[in-house]
Amino acid sequence: MKIDQKLISQLAKLSKLEFTKEELPKIEEDLTKMLAFVEKLNEVDTNNVEPLIYMTAGSQKPREDVAETRITQKEALKNGPQKDSDYFRVPKFLNKKD
Amino acid sequence: MSSVYDNYKAVIGLEVHAQMLTKSKAFSADVNEYGGIPNTHISEISLGHPGTLPRINKSQIEFAIKLGLACNCKITEENRFSRKNYFYADLPKGYQITQFDTPICTEGSVEIETKSGGKKSIGLTRIHMEEDSGKSIHDQDPYSSLVDLNRAGVPLVEIVSEPEIESGEEAYQYLMEIRKLVRYLEICDGNMEEGSLRCDANISVMKKVATEFGQKVEVKNMNSIRNVQRAIEHEITRQIDVLEKGGIIDHETRTFDAASGITFGMRSKEEANDYRFFPEPDLLPYWVTQKEIDGIKTTMPPLPNELKKKYVSELGLSEYDAGNLTESKPIALYFEELIKQTNNHKAATNWLMGEVKSYLNTNGIGIEEFPLKPKTIANLIQLIDENKVSNSVASQKIFPLLIENPNKTAEEIAIENNLMQENDNDALSGFIDQALAKYPEKVEEYKSGKKGLVGLFMGEVMKLSKGKADPKKANQILREKLEA
Repeated sequence: MKIDQKLISQLAKLSKLEFTKEELPKIEEDLTKMLAFVEKLNEVDTNNVEPLIYMTAGSQKPREDVAETRITQKEALKNGPQKDSDYFRVPKFLNKKD
Repeated sequence: MSSVYDNYKAVIGLEVHAQMLTKSKAFSADVNEYGGIPNTHISEISLGHPGTLPRINKSQIEFAIKLGLACNCKITEENRFSRKNYFYADLPKGYQITQFDTPICTEGSVEIETKSGGKKSIGLTRIHMEEDSGKSIHDQDPYSSLVDLNRAGVPLVEIVSEPEIESGEEAYQYLMEIRKLVRYLEICDGNMEEGSLRCDANISVMKKVATEFGQKVEVKNMNSIRNVQRAIEHEITRQIDVLEKGGIIDHETRTFDAASGITFGMRSKEEANDYRFFPEPDLLPYWVTQKEIDGIKTTMPPLPNELKKKYVSELGLSEYDAGNLTESKPIALYFEELIKQTNNHKAATNWLMGEVKSYLNTNGIGIEEFPLKPKTIANLIQLIDENKVSNSVASQKIFPLLIENPNKTAEEIAIENNLMQENDNDALSGFIDQALAKYPEKVEEYKSGKKGLVGLFMGEVMKLSKGKADPKKANQILREKLEA
């Protein structure tokens, strides 16, 4: 996979990040290095090997459908950088959802 | 006259999201309830705090399987979960947990009635489990958006239809069926205005002679079943107009404006969404066993279509009556009890859909709050069938009195209030003689051929008897006297 500026701008958009023009070559270089590092894994022949998704086998044990309140509104809002008495406040955004 | 629109056909697929009526959320124990003070139905899991682990809700799985069974779906054995990644302020984790490659239900179908009165089966591609996002409010503050996470993590099923719907009317019928089903199953309250049932439509048009599908457009933001129909009808016309003018249909998402009845393109036309699905490592797969499915089968309520078929084929009711009776589950269950007590199914239908329903409507209550037991109505029907009371006395006098005295029987009310039908020959003769004596000249007219006057005499007899004369018997004696 080739890392270029187009891909970086696409990734930045998805991650809601912004880079200056000066930063771009550095990011490109870093990402290329990271990818090369991970691509080392491709040297192993994984044909006929089932992908390992979970570390343990078996079925998940579901939770009984019982409601409980463990934290208060005050506690919930505590970690929001901006809030009012009832809500988290975030920079104004509109529309655009999946 | 044929128009250009007749040269096209529409291809429509619907995606329906239904909020599950579980007590707690999909992957955490916080309260699942509509409304509530903002940010109170929350937990460290639904807030997306680091280091927290989701755990699936047993009821959510059960509800999804119920819906699948009701739609004759195949139930998937190994259920994996995935992360659907996107950045949005009301999605605290930055991803939605959903089923990507192993939807819990596949195939299956929903049967709808077409405009011509026929039946059509709409195939289902899949039903899968996922979680809802929080809610954002944009119009309360000039500088910021407000986020309420009460809804974050509420369990959803997404029901994806095959593109087999061909008109707004069919979409309307399909959604009515889906809503009826989830309400019968008691897994979702089916309230589109409050958003517990939501629908997105994928719409394209193609020439009837064409073999390739047209470009599809996704339409969102329709908050009632009727509006889904309106949006689809508008969108079909819009697309055909564009094509007829030589234009091309853009691949885009449009939003429906209910006030104007028009769809608008949403402004932000970024590159195609890139959700970067990958397996959710925090949740092991859930394996559904046959034993579990069998257990759920025993808890399935009667379904509207089964009941409807039974009413038509076994009870001999019309499709129309059967449809009305099964429109809502509580009414259908009341009818089920009623027909255990009476064999006059047609009368049972008429009473339930007539007097009873109009009482419910007038008082704005559901049948759960209706004071009379099915047995009481069955007794009333029996009284009429035995000619002990007339239909009109039963509905106008006895029925209202019963509602005031729900613990009495219809017969008790009729006797106490002197409403039993008069079928004693002497008493009837007395009323008839009085009626004839009142109109001697009409009697002459009758005898000279104006047979229609019998109605006048009957009216008088009913008046004199205060509506209690057995009409059949009175009519017979009246004619005998007039012909004599």
